Amino acid sequence: MGEAIVITSGKGGVGKTTTTANLGTGLSQLGYKVAVVDADIGLRNLDVVMGLENRIVYDLVDVVEGVCRLKQALIKDKRYEGLFLLPAAQTKDKNSVTPEQMRKLTNDLKEMFDYVLLDCPAGIEQGFKNAIAGAEKAIVVTTPEISAVRDADRIIGLLEASELRDPLLIVNRIRIDMVRKGDMMNIEDMIDILAIDLLGVVPDDEAIVISTNKGEPVVTENNSLAGQAYRNIAKRITGENVPFINMEVTENIVTKLRKIFGLAK
Amino acid sequence: MDFLKFFNKDSGPSKNVAKERLKLVLVHDRTNCSPHFLDMVKGDIIRIISDYVEIDESGLDVKLTKTKSDIDDTMIPALVANIPIKKMKDKSGGY
Repeated sequence: MGEAIVITSGKGGVGKTTTTANLGTGLSQLGYKVAVVDADIGLRNLDVVMGLENRIVYDLVDVVEGVCRLKQALIKDKRYEGLFLLPAAQTKDKNSVTPEQMRKLTNDLKEMFDYVLLDCPAGIEQGFKNAIAGAEKAIVVTTPEISAVRDADRIIGLLEASELRDPLLIVNRIRIDMVRKGDMMNIEDMIDILAIDLLGVVPDDEAIVISTNKGEPVVTENNSLAGQAYRNIAKRITGENVPFINMEVTENIVTKLRKIFGLAK
Repeated sequence: MDFLKFFNKDSGPSKNVAKERLKLVLVHDRTNCSPHFLDMVKGDIIRIISDYVEIDESGLDVKLTKTKSDIDDTMIPALVANIPIKKMKDKSGGY
């Protein structure tokens, strides 16, 4: 029996889908059977981020409505052993699925996989309620901005009200240079405010934009800091104790890289 | 550039501003409580306490914050009133 984890944030555009794609891929590279589920019905995106958009035949709503069997809708990612995508419907809306149906679907997936990652839509309405319905763990993604942290706080409250206790935090798109200058909230600031445990920190990294352009998750790129961050988070999800990337060390690597490429003064 | 930095220092690093604004807005988000509610509480506290002690109304501070629960380690909202006392009113004499 696997574990269902919902990846949520409240605010849109903070990196839920990117996080889901990378953690799904990262977990499959660790040898686990993983299903990533796009729960954003009507605004399908996980498929393009993962580079699987051309292989969709059936979707989540088809499964729920009994148009096809669950196995028929699951798309096998041929590049990574054990990784499957259940795409969202694009032509339906969030009200075409109920939380009860999502609970059953998630339970069916848990029978087949070690990890079921649910990519939650932005907002706190029906789509959010559907996505969290079958999950027993939650990851809250935020960026170091006031608006994103405020929404994360609201989401944490709603998760706890739905019996999803102890959600874990991923701080995305942190810019070490700005944190150093005091122009961006640091990790301690955000943990202090949100009062939940930290699962990982992902630096702002151009490699993410580039890899998303290509439909290849950055987690597979050995030289990318963001890739390293996602690999670490995937390991932490499996229970491994991985130390956090030290800010100073990270800075040194960046400086070193700059020096290698002749960019540092 | 340096003199611009000098002027910027007045408000401290911008992340401190962000953190303070965020903390304030979250206290209200979390409890669903409006500034109007706090004003009402403040007014009532003044009214009741004034029967017993003379308080410094200008220094009265009523705010929502969070504190550790006595039962477990969860953080719970708390209404904190800081009431500076000028002097006690002698009410015992009458009895």
